[in-house]
Amino acid sequence: MSTPLALWIELPVALLLVASGVFTLAAGVGVLRFKSFFMRMHPPALAFSLSAWCVTLATILYFSAREGALSLHAWLIIIFLAMTVPVTTTLLARTELFRRRTRGDAEVPAPLSRMVAVVPPEAAAAEPHDAGSGA
Amino acid sequence: MSGLLFGAIVFTLACQVTAMALCLLRLVRGPSAQDRVLAMDLICTIAMLVLLVLAIRYGSTMYFDAALLIAVSGFISSAAMAKFLLRGEVIE
Repeated sequence: MSTPLALWIELPVALLLVASGVFTLAAGVGVLRFKSFFMRMHPPALAFSLSAWCVTLATILYFSAREGALSLHAWLIIIFLAMTVPVTTTLLARTELFRRRTRGDAEVPAPLSRMVAVVPPEAAAAEPHDAGSGA
Repeated sequence: MSGLLFGAIVFTLACQVTAMALCLLRLVRGPSAQDRVLAMDLICTIAMLVLLVLAIRYGSTMYFDAALLIAVSGFISSAAMAKFLLRGEVIE
């Protein structure tokens, strides 16, 4: 270990770490306890954004103070998370929608595009009329 | 490393390990496949955060590379699994 850091630099690092731990724990409890999948998609965002930001800021602060120069390696992780998390979240939400529609779940809203899967009965009834008037 | 920082690191690691255990419970119990993918994704992200905290604990920047690697592999695996559940194929 190198020279001990000053208290005014260790205090924010410790606070950020504790905050990130609390947020991560909240995300874990939420994922376990929420009822439906769409509710369960929300708590991980806490870990992906708030908790990851807290840990990264603590890391940057600690290593910058320790090496005496700005150390920004950890930004890469935040930037990468900000790019990839929306992709995964959107894909998972579409997966849940698709699989519940194919199962015939009535609670799920109907697809906007007619290309995708299940056509609701009233749209199926309206379609031949439209095609006939068009021709 | 002072006692304050050490205590904060131990507390954070305990919280993260507990959160990973809760996610593991959801992974085992999860009624649908996408629940399991979501829990696996969260476990990967928390593992990455654990590595960042360990970087502070041991004062080494080598942990950043491992954290980035875990983030990349976690993203690719969850995206591939979600795509498979959505389409039945990973690459069309």
